[in-house]
Amino acid sequence: MTLVDMTAGDRGQVVEITGDPAVVQRLFELGLLEGEEFDFLGFAPLGDPLELRVGNTRLSLRRADAAGVVVSKL
Amino acid sequence: MASRPLTVALVGNPNTGKSTLFNALSGLRQHVGNYPGVTVEMKKGSFTHGDRRVDLIDLPGTYSLAARSPDELVAVDLLLGRRPEEPPPDVILSIVDASNLDRHLYLTTQVMELGVPVVLAVNMIDLATNQGVRVDVARLAAETGLPVVPVQANRGSGLAELKDALVKAADSHQRPNAPALPAPLEAEAQAVATGLKDSVPPFLARRLLLDVSGATETWFVQQHGEALRTRVIEARKRLANAGAAVPAVEAKARYAYIRKVTAAAVSKPTVRPKNTSDKLDRVLTHKVWGTLVFFAVMFLMFWSIFTAATPLMDLIDAGTGWFGKQVEEQMSAGPLRSLVVDGIITGVGGVVKFLPQILILFAFIAVLEDCGYMARAAFLMDRLMSRCGLSGKSFIPMLSSVACAVPGVMATRVIENHRDRLATILVAPLMSCSARIPVYVLMISLFLPDESAFAQALVMFAMYMIGFVAAPLVAWVLRKTLLRGERSLFVMELPAYKQPSVRTVGLRVFDAGWQFLKRAGTVILASMIVIWAVQYFPNWNAEGQTYEGLVTTAEDARDEAKKQAAEAEGDDKERAEVEANAKTAEVKHLKAEWQRNSLLGQTGRALEPLFAPLGWDWKIGMATLASFPAREVIVGTLRILYEADEAEDGQADPLRGSIRDDWDTDPVRGKNRVPVALSVMVFFALCMQCASTLVVIRRETKSWRWPVFCFTYMTILAYLGALVTFQIGRLIVGMVS
Repeated sequence: MTLVDMTAGDRGQVVEITGDPAVVQRLFELGLLEGEEFDFLGFAPLGDPLELRVGNTRLSLRRADAAGVVVSKL
Repeated sequence: MASRPLTVALVGNPNTGKSTLFNALSGLRQHVGNYPGVTVEMKKGSFTHGDRRVDLIDLPGTYSLAARSPDELVAVDLLLGRRPEEPPPDVILSIVDASNLDRHLYLTTQVMELGVPVVLAVNMIDLATNQGVRVDVARLAAETGLPVVPVQANRGSGLAELKDALVKAADSHQRPNAPALPAPLEAEAQAVATGLKDSVPPFLARRLLLDVSGATETWFVQQHGEALRTRVIEARKRLANAGAAVPAVEAKARYAYIRKVTAAAVSKPTVRPKNTSDKLDRVLTHKVWGTLVFFAVMFLMFWSIFTAATPLMDLIDAGTGWFGKQVEEQMSAGPLRSLVVDGIITGVGGVVKFLPQILILFAFIAVLEDCGYMARAAFLMDRLMSRCGLSGKSFIPMLSSVACAVPGVMATRVIENHRDRLATILVAPLMSCSARIPVYVLMISLFLPDESAFAQALVMFAMYMIGFVAAPLVAWVLRKTLLRGERSLFVMELPAYKQPSVRTVGLRVFDAGWQFLKRAGTVILASMIVIWAVQYFPNWNAEGQTYEGLVTTAEDARDEAKKQAAEAEGDDKERAEVEANAKTAEVKHLKAEWQRNSLLGQTGRALEPLFAPLGWDWKIGMATLASFPAREVIVGTLRILYEADEAEDGQADPLRGSIRDDWDTDPVRGKNRVPVALSVMVFFALCMQCASTLVVIRRETKSWRWPVFCFTYMTILAYLGALVTFQIGRLIVGMVS
């Protein structure tokens, strides 16, 4: 499953990040590494983008980019 | 002995309190540094510590030195001492947020590789302590080998220690001991660098490999040819086979080092307590409440720009008018007086008038950004804006443009992505701004009676909708054509909420106002003078008499006739009144004739065939030309051309009667009053008639190319829009009647 398949309140772990190299690199830089655990906080009121918390950082990314983040639910 | 000034570069993530620290260190001794070819601006300041002068450069906030755009590459080059405009930094000051040390140290580990002494400032320790996070500063210094200074940038504490540490670090020339990156990466980077004709800093060679299709790669390939790209791609392949695939290899190595450091120096609770920010976000990003709060905030902002700025703007208008009158009475009639009163004073007034809106909008933006809400607003609006190829951050600039495009364009500074920002700048002037209201009101009054307030509001609403529809459409087209590629990177941090700093907000508001006055003022003034000149000259008639003299004589005669009419009684009064009215008409007629014969009037008449398809006569055409530097000018010009009286308080504007009477004598306009008025309105809705906006676009994009483009496309769009409106309108009128 990927990030877009999660529901608000889920906790997950990153398996792999694929997609646009710029997005992948930015996610790595912000600490969303493979193996990292995160809280899925939900989608914006209009359904996009989505929000998650990794460490002490709240991140927001678009569905299109989030679809490249392969995760497993914890 | 006074030694050479030190140069300190300030780097940090966005929302670390970097600007606050910069302001606290340099006070009001600041200016903005510009760099040719890029839109990036860096603030420079200075302070004196002991007998040492320290120059400070505030680099744009960033998560990483992996440059994605030419602008970001400028910052990297500056740190490496590769920019001719700036001396290489003696010290790099890296500011980090204590409550989120892991992530903030990422940038620090990159900065440590540049071979320049680094001082680490740990900010917001109190916030971290509140969350149960404790940072052991001594251990942090021991683990990283860097001088570490705890600071509270918002309260200005720790600054003396920080200044000490900066000077000491500069004198030590100590290269930081950067965390090692995997050996295969180092080897490949070295191999790539040795193959090039110039010597390349090792840091850039690593970035060339690590940043896939980044700005470093683009720049190197431009310099060294396509063959280099092939070599880089092959090197990346070998790295992937060696288990060091980019870009993950860098992040893994850095975070491994950082975790080791923070394990020793930071203690935090095992279960993350819910903090105030989390609780606030439960409301502020909530489906219902979040949306409501968002609209409330936007409404408040919008309402303030309109209601609070309008009295101030009226005051400035009145002040300009009063001052012009005073000067007019002191000077004798002639070109010089007209230049001073109608050109310069009116021109300066026209510039200063924008200040209240700029200041109010920037106060809002600075507060929203500093407290952390701006990122939430972008989060809420991104879906809507991304449909037309923009991002959530374009929303506030677009909304502000409904009041005035000048602050709107300036507000695009919050958009990091270059193309998103450019697209937003180019479409913002399509939103119906408050300067369009007078022409809308006048044109609506030509075909709708005052009693039908509902119908009037409906037409007004339709005019605003033109902007709301056209702006996203044009943005979408631009993103598909001229500004194609480089999809906006929307990976955004939602920073923790904090109390905005009065100082940061104040400085930002001051800055916005000052920069506008300083840079925009000169060009706007110049354009006002040009338009004055083409309306003033030639100032003599066919017999060689000056219009100014003729008008003065006629005005004296009129005043005398009015006086006689007031004093006369019975039959004489009636005759005297007729006489006075005739004299009044003569003054108006003279002024109109002067306008008609002026350079602009001649141009307007020559261009009449161009205006005819829009249903316009040369008068509307000339008034429209005259209002290119500032659209609100049209009403005044039309008043002169149609020889109408000044409007009096509480009375219907006589201009509307004059225009109607004039149009009724014309076979086309008499029958098609509604299509003509609508065609004028549509033209003004879509046209770029604002010198201030053009100058601000030039300022924000650092090139004349974009204001020229914006002006051209909007003028064409306006012409076509007016053409279609009139022609369709005429067809409908023809069918109905």
